[in-house]
Amino acid sequence: MRIPILKLHNYLLISIQTELDDKTAIQFQEDLLEKIHSSGATGVVIDLTSVDIVDSFIAKVLGDVVTMSDLMGAKVVLTGIQPAVAVTLIDLGIHLQDVPTALDLEQGLIKLRQELEE
Amino acid sequence: MKDQSCVYIKKEWDIVAARQMGRDIAIKVGFGTVDQARIATAISELARNIYLYAGAGKICFEAIETVQKKGINIKAIDEGPGISDLAQVMEDGYSTSGGLGAGLPGVKRLMDEFDIISKSGEGTTIESTKWLR
Repeated sequence: MRIPILKLHNYLLISIQTELDDKTAIQFQEDLLEKIHSSGATGVVIDLTSVDIVDSFIAKVLGDVVTMSDLMGAKVVLTGIQPAVAVTLIDLGIHLQDVPTALDLEQGLIKLRQELEE
Repeated sequence: MKDQSCVYIKKEWDIVAARQMGRDIAIKVGFGTVDQARIATAISELARNIYLYAGAGKICFEAIETVQKKGINIKAIDEGPGISDLAQVMEDGYSTSGGLGAGLPGVKRLMDEFDIISKSGEGTTIESTKWLR
Protein backbone atom coordinates (compact mmCIF):
# COMPACT_ATOMS: atom_id res chain seq x y z
CA MET A 1 0.00 0.00 0.00
CA ARG A 2 1.29 3.50 -0.88
CA ILE A 3 0.23 6.75 0.75
CA PRO A 4 -0.50 9.46 -1.85
CA ILE A 5 1.65 12.61 -1.69
CA LEU A 6 0.09 15.72 -3.26
CA LYS A 7 2.03 18.75 -4.45
CA LEU A 8 0.63 22.26 -3.99
CA HIS A 9 2.95 25.10 -5.08
CA ASN A 10 6.06 24.63 -2.90
CA TYR A 11 4.34 22.32 -0.46
CA LEU A 12 3.67 18.63 -0.22
CA LEU A 13 0.42 17.54 1.42
CA ILE A 14 -0.19 14.10 2.87
CA SER A 15 -3.32 12.86 4.57
CA ILE A 16 -2.83 9.46 6.13
CA GLN A 17 -6.15 7.68 5.86
CA THR A 18 -5.14 4.10 6.21
CA GLU A 19 -4.30 1.82 9.13
CA LEU A 20 -0.51 2.18 9.22
CA ASP A 21 1.41 -1.07 9.27
CA ASP A 22 5.19 -1.09 9.58
CA LYS A 23 5.88 -1.65 5.88
CA THR A 24 3.52 1.11 4.73
CA ALA A 25 5.13 3.51 7.23
CA ILE A 26 8.68 2.76 6.03
CA GLN A 27 7.59 2.95 2.38
CA PHE A 28 5.99 6.34 3.08
CA GLN A 29 9.22 7.59 4.65
CA GLU A 30 11.16 6.72 1.50
CA ASP A 31 8.47 8.04 -0.87
CA LEU A 32 8.30 11.38 0.93
CA LEU A 33 12.08 11.93 0.85
CA GLU A 34 12.15 11.04 -2.87
CA LYS A 35 9.28 13.41 -3.55
CA ILE A 36 10.98 16.26 -1.65
CA HIS A 37 14.09 15.62 -3.74
CA SER A 38 12.30 15.48 -7.11
CA SER A 39 9.85 18.34 -6.51
CA GLY A 40 12.10 20.74 -4.60
CA ALA A 41 9.32 21.30 -2.05
CA THR A 42 10.28 23.45 0.94
CA GLY A 43 7.38 22.56 3.21
CA VAL A 44 5.42 19.42 4.07
CA VAL A 45 2.19 18.90 6.01
CA ILE A 46 1.40 15.38 7.23
CA ASP A 47 -2.20 15.27 8.40
CA LEU A 48 -3.05 12.59 10.97
CA THR A 49 -6.76 13.41 11.46
CA SER A 50 -7.83 9.91 10.36
CA VAL A 51 -5.14 8.07 12.32
CA ASP A 52 -6.54 6.59 15.52
CA ILE A 53 -3.45 4.77 16.74
CA VAL A 54 0.23 5.71 16.83
CA ASP A 55 2.44 3.17 18.56
CA SER A 56 6.14 3.56 19.36
CA PHE A 57 7.24 2.29 15.94
CA ILE A 58 5.00 4.63 13.94
CA ALA A 59 6.00 7.51 16.25
CA LYS A 60 9.67 6.77 15.53
CA VAL A 61 9.05 6.66 11.78
CA LEU A 62 7.17 9.98 11.89
CA GLY A 63 9.76 11.65 14.14
CA ASP A 64 12.57 10.38 11.91
CA VAL A 65 10.94 11.60 8.69
CA VAL A 66 10.69 15.10 10.18
CA THR A 67 14.43 15.07 10.98
CA MET A 68 15.35 13.54 7.62
CA SER A 69 13.30 16.13 5.70
CA ASP A 70 14.90 18.85 7.77
CA LEU A 71 18.33 17.56 6.74
CA MET A 72 17.25 17.88 3.13
CA GLY A 73 16.00 21.41 3.67
CA ALA A 74 12.25 20.89 3.92
CA LYS A 75 10.17 21.77 7.00
CA VAL A 76 7.54 19.26 8.11
CA VAL A 77 4.48 19.98 10.26
CA LEU A 78 2.31 17.19 11.71
CA THR A 79 -1.35 18.15 11.97
CA GLY A 80 -4.61 16.79 13.33
CA ILE A 81 -3.26 14.53 16.07
CA GLN A 82 -6.38 13.13 17.78
CA PRO A 83 -6.92 13.53 21.55
CA ALA A 84 -6.68 9.75 22.10
CA VAL A 85 -3.42 9.60 20.13
CA ALA A 86 -1.93 12.48 22.16
CA VAL A 87 -2.86 10.69 25.42
CA THR A 88 -1.40 7.33 24.37
CA LEU A 89 1.83 8.89 23.09
CA ILE A 90 2.46 10.54 26.48
CA ASP A 91 1.54 7.27 28.28
CA LEU A 92 4.14 5.57 26.10
CA GLY A 93 6.67 8.20 27.14
CA ILE A 94 6.99 9.64 23.62
CA HIS A 95 7.03 13.42 23.59
CA LEU A 96 8.02 14.25 19.98
CA GLN A 97 9.40 17.51 21.37
CA ASP A 98 11.28 18.72 18.33
CA VAL A 99 8.42 17.97 15.96
CA PRO A 100 6.37 20.98 14.78
CA THR A 101 2.62 20.35 15.09
CA ALA A 102 -0.59 22.23 14.40
CA LEU A 103 -4.28 21.66 15.12
CA ASP A 104 -5.38 21.09 11.53
CA LEU A 105 -4.28 21.37 7.91
CA GLU A 106 -5.13 25.09 7.74
CA GLN A 107 -3.10 25.93 10.87
CA GLY A 108 -0.32 23.67 9.57
CA LEU A 109 -0.02 25.65 6.35
CA ILE A 110 0.02 28.93 8.29
CA LYS A 111 2.77 27.56 10.54
CA LEU A 112 4.82 26.42 7.53
CA ARG A 113 4.51 29.81 5.86
CA GLN A 114 5.69 31.53 9.07
CA GLU A 115 8.63 29.16 9.53
CA LEU A 116 9.74 29.46 5.90
CA GLU A 117 9.53 33.27 5.94
CA GLU A 118 11.75 33.56 9.01
CA MET B 1 -19.04 -14.26 30.67
CA LYS B 2 -15.85 -15.61 29.13
CA ASP B 3 -15.06 -15.14 25.50
CA GLN B 4 -11.51 -15.80 24.37
CA SER B 5 -10.06 -15.30 20.91
CA CYS B 6 -6.48 -15.28 19.64
CA VAL B 7 -4.51 -13.76 16.78
CA TYR B 8 -1.38 -15.59 15.68
CA ILE B 9 1.61 -13.32 15.06
CA LYS B 10 3.80 -14.56 12.23
CA LYS B 11 4.09 -11.66 9.82
CA GLU B 12 4.12 -7.89 10.10
CA TRP B 13 0.50 -7.45 9.05
CA ASP B 14 -0.62 -9.67 11.99
CA ILE B 15 0.35 -6.77 14.29
CA VAL B 16 -2.40 -4.69 12.64
CA ALA B 17 -4.85 -7.62 12.75
CA ALA B 18 -4.21 -8.09 16.49
CA ARG B 19 -4.81 -4.46 17.39
CA GLN B 20 -7.94 -4.32 15.24
CA MET B 21 -9.40 -7.35 16.99
CA GLY B 22 -8.43 -5.93 20.38
CA ARG B 23 -10.09 -2.63 19.56
CA ASP B 24 -13.28 -4.40 18.43
CA ILE B 25 -13.43 -6.29 21.73
CA ALA B 26 -12.69 -3.07 23.67
CA ILE B 27 -15.62 -1.36 21.91
CA LYS B 28 -17.93 -4.29 22.81
CA VAL B 29 -16.85 -4.12 26.45
CA GLY B 30 -17.80 -0.42 26.41
CA PHE B 31 -14.45 1.43 26.55
CA GLY B 32 -14.33 5.07 25.37
CA THR B 33 -12.16 6.28 22.51
CA VAL B 34 -9.11 7.15 24.64
CA ASP B 35 -9.05 3.74 26.36
CA GLN B 36 -9.69 2.03 23.01
CA ALA B 37 -6.56 3.75 21.68
CA ARG B 38 -4.62 2.79 24.85
CA ILE B 39 -5.63 -0.87 24.49
CA ALA B 40 -4.94 -0.98 20.73
CA THR B 41 -1.54 0.68 21.25
CA ALA B 42 -0.60 -1.75 24.03
CA ILE B 43 -1.52 -4.69 21.77
CA SER B 44 0.54 -3.21 18.96
CA GLU B 45 3.61 -2.99 21.22
CA LEU B 46 3.14 -6.56 22.52
CA ALA B 47 2.58 -7.98 19.01
CA ARG B 48 5.63 -6.17 17.64
CA ASN B 49 7.78 -7.57 20.45
CA ILE B 50 6.66 -11.07 19.51
CA TYR B 51 7.36 -10.43 15.82
CA LEU B 52 10.78 -8.83 16.43
CA TYR B 53 12.18 -10.97 19.22
CA ALA B 54 10.41 -14.34 19.15
CA GLY B 55 9.53 -14.59 15.46
CA ALA B 56 6.12 -16.09 16.18
CA GLY B 57 3.55 -16.29 18.93
CA LYS B 58 0.02 -15.27 19.70
CA ILE B 59 -2.06 -12.59 21.35
CA CYS B 60 -5.21 -13.76 23.13
CA PHE B 61 -8.05 -11.55 24.27
CA GLU B 62 -10.71 -12.14 26.84
CA ALA B 63 -13.62 -9.89 27.70
CA ILE B 64 -14.09 -10.10 31.47
CA GLU B 65 -17.43 -9.43 33.04
CA THR B 66 -18.14 -10.03 36.70
CA VAL B 67 -20.84 -8.55 38.90
CA GLN B 68 -18.44 -5.84 40.10
CA LYS B 69 -16.46 -4.94 37.02
CA LYS B 70 -15.82 -5.30 33.32
CA GLY B 71 -12.57 -5.27 31.46
CA ILE B 72 -10.32 -6.76 28.82
CA ASN B 73 -7.52 -9.22 29.45
CA ILE B 74 -4.69 -9.53 26.95
CA LYS B 75 -2.15 -12.34 26.91
CA ALA B 76 0.93 -12.24 24.68
CA ILE B 77 2.48 -15.68 24.45
CA ASP B 78 5.59 -16.76 22.60
CA GLU B 79 8.11 -19.56 22.71
CA GLY B 80 11.03 -17.37 21.76
CA PRO B 81 14.42 -16.94 23.45
CA GLY B 82 12.92 -15.35 26.57
CA ILE B 83 14.09 -12.19 28.31
CA SER B 84 17.30 -12.58 30.30
CA ASP B 85 17.07 -9.32 32.26
CA LEU B 86 13.48 -8.40 33.10
CA ALA B 87 14.47 -5.28 35.05
CA GLN B 88 16.34 -3.97 32.02
CA VAL B 89 13.47 -4.34 29.52
CA MET B 90 11.19 -2.48 31.92
CA GLU B 91 13.50 0.55 31.83
CA ASP B 92 12.35 3.46 29.70
CA GLY B 93 14.56 3.92 26.66
CA TYR B 94 16.13 0.45 26.71
CA SER B 95 16.06 -1.14 23.26
CA THR B 96 18.09 -3.74 21.42
CA SER B 97 16.32 -3.14 18.11
CA GLY B 98 17.03 0.54 17.53
CA GLY B 99 13.48 1.43 18.58
CA LEU B 100 12.44 4.04 21.10
CA GLY B 101 12.56 1.58 24.00
CA ALA B 102 9.04 2.64 24.93
CA GLY B 103 7.48 -0.80 24.40
CA LEU B 104 7.05 -2.72 27.66
CA PRO B 105 7.21 0.15 30.18
CA GLY B 106 4.73 1.90 27.85
CA VAL B 107 2.35 -1.07 27.89
CA LYS B 108 2.50 -1.10 31.69
CA ARG B 109 1.43 2.56 31.79
CA LEU B 110 -1.29 2.12 29.15
CA MET B 111 -2.91 -0.81 30.98
CA ASP B 112 -4.04 -1.26 34.63
CA GLU B 113 -2.45 -4.61 35.43
CA PHE B 114 0.75 -5.99 33.97
CA ASP B 115 2.55 -9.24 34.63
CA ILE B 116 5.48 -10.79 32.84
CA ILE B 117 6.83 -14.32 33.06
CA SER B 118 9.88 -15.24 31.04
CA LYS B 119 12.20 -18.21 31.01
CA SER B 120 15.44 -18.13 29.09
CA GLY B 121 15.14 -20.48 26.12
CA GLU B 122 11.47 -21.27 26.77
CA GLY B 123 9.57 -18.11 25.97
CA THR B 124 7.68 -15.21 27.42
CA THR B 125 4.11 -14.68 28.58
CA ILE B 126 2.87 -11.18 29.28
CA GLU B 127 -0.57 -10.78 30.81
CA SER B 128 -2.23 -7.43 31.03
CA THR B 129 -5.68 -6.15 31.99
CA LYS B 130 -7.55 -2.91 31.53
CA TRP B 131 -10.65 -2.26 33.64
CA LEU B 132 -13.64 -0.25 32.59
CA ARG B 133 -14.09 2.74 34.90
